[in-house]
Amino acid sequence: MKQIKIIAIKEFKDYFISPIAYIVISLFLIVTGWFFFSTFFIFGRADLRDFFSLLPITFSFIIPAITMRLFSEEKNIGSYETLLTLPVSFTDIALGKFFAATLFTASMLIPTISYPIFISFIGEIDSGPVIGGYMGAIFLAAAYCSIGLFASSLTRNQIVAFIIGCALCFTLTILDKLLFFMPTKIIWVIEHIGATSHFTNISKGIIDSRDILYFVSVIFIFIFSTYLVMHEKN
Amino acid sequence: MIEVQNLTKNFKDFRAVDNISMTIRKGEILGLLGPNGAGKTTTLRMLTGYFRPSSGTIKIKDFQMPKDAIRIKSLIGYLPESAPLYHNMLVYDYLEYIAKIKGIDDKEKRYDRFLQLSDLCGLSSIMDKPIATLSKGLKQRVGLAHAMMTDPQILILDEPTSGLDPNQIAEIRDIIKTIGKEKTIIFSTHILSEAEATCDRIAIINKGRVVADDTTDNLKQSVKQNSFINLSLKGASKDTAKTLLKSIDSNLNIKDVEPVEEGLVSFEITNSDDRSDDRDFRSDIYLKIKETDWIIIQLTKKSQALEKIFQELTREGA
Repeated sequence: MKQIKIIAIKEFKDYFISPIAYIVISLFLIVTGWFFFSTFFIFGRADLRDFFSLLPITFSFIIPAITMRLFSEEKNIGSYETLLTLPVSFTDIALGKFFAATLFTASMLIPTISYPIFISFIGEIDSGPVIGGYMGAIFLAAAYCSIGLFASSLTRNQIVAFIIGCALCFTLTILDKLLFFMPTKIIWVIEHIGATSHFTNISKGIIDSRDILYFVSVIFIFIFSTYLVMHEKN
Repeated sequence: MIEVQNLTKNFKDFRAVDNISMTIRKGEILGLLGPNGAGKTTTLRMLTGYFRPSSGTIKIKDFQMPKDAIRIKSLIGYLPESAPLYHNMLVYDYLEYIAKIKGIDDKEKRYDRFLQLSDLCGLSSIMDKPIATLSKGLKQRVGLAHAMMTDPQILILDEPTSGLDPNQIAEIRDIIKTIGKEKTIIFSTHILSEAEATCDRIAIINKGRVVADDTTDNLKQSVKQNSFINLSLKGASKDTAKTLLKSIDSNLNIKDVEPVEEGLVSFEITNSDDRSDDRDFRSDIYLKIKETDWIIIQLTKKSQALEKIFQELTREGA
């Protein structure tokens, strides 16, 4: 547990040593800010629904960019050997890196808290969906981080890790819009695999144990896969 | 201290380490010697738990790999080849991270240890520099400080002197010798003189097998002394000098070599292979030359024992 914390803090600090953190955060804020506010005054609704409905798509590109370096960089410069010969287990490493990435995405969301604060000046804002939205965003971010972590553990090339991560996250994001093409017999399964519907439920302010269970399972599956990949490549 | 039995590592079809068994006692400095690609690094990586052996067992103290991997890893200080460190961290931050992860929780203790290590490895002037800006030798020193962080009982160093300048090599060797008095050290190298100068025991590895494993002195005695004499003369001509030298003993092999300086003639003189005694001809040569008006610029005897063993054991097809 202590080792996880030490690794997580180290990885989290690493983001802010290099310019990556600032570039990714600015990019995220510009993209979400523009798409949200460009239509905000046209609709004239005092809520964050449009902001949250965009998150799955932006996250599926931004998060793989954050997680791509977690393992690939270490493998590339060779520090992976240093890491694995320290008294830490595979689980410590995988979880430490996962928490660091999740924490970083959470800190990326902090500036967006200014949106509901500003909106509350110009209209009555319902706090339920906002709190739910942020909760959902954290769950979604954590799930995508675990996917990105897994993608990064597969290769020593950061670009490959980014593309694999994007492909997996994007598939989960748009899956429920693709149901149309699926054979009717398996639709009832596929329907639940997509991430967007689960996220939308939470961001409406409906906290359903099924949605939470979905995100927890995705996180578990991908962190466990990361563990298996580490074990296999060792 | 360390017991390795039938250790084997396969990478797909390639067998990098083939059935290695050895025991390393406490306080020993073992040099792993071998040509490039012989399996030195793979062996060390298995000892430190980075690679999982394909078969065979590793026992360190009372712990078994890979069951007690974490315990073993905290016993060992390891310097990987070319010291791969986190490039974007400062040296101090890096050492602090390592100290924390190796379980030195107390701030005072950490600080004391940093002072000791920076003295030992000469880090005091680079503590505030990013690792990426350091030269190779300095990185190696940071790696060494990393390996010695918890004052481990076993130190494993993979080619600790490769790519360093002569001064740095001498420094690293001094460090190894100093700490080797109390610790068990295994290090790999392909520089023979280095192994000869620092190790108590040498294991020569070729194509994944241990082809020789003995104390440095025993190894040297195991082959016939293959010494040669370097002679450089001033004021002599090649042919007359050769005839004169031949007249000492007809069994001497005299080989022309590139003169060490302009205007000299230089020879490499070896005793003929079929002679069993290892007579020292230097005094005979001196006396013979004294009769002439030539001047002896150089007359030295060199031993080639380890080179010869190494070449014999690791030759292609051997």
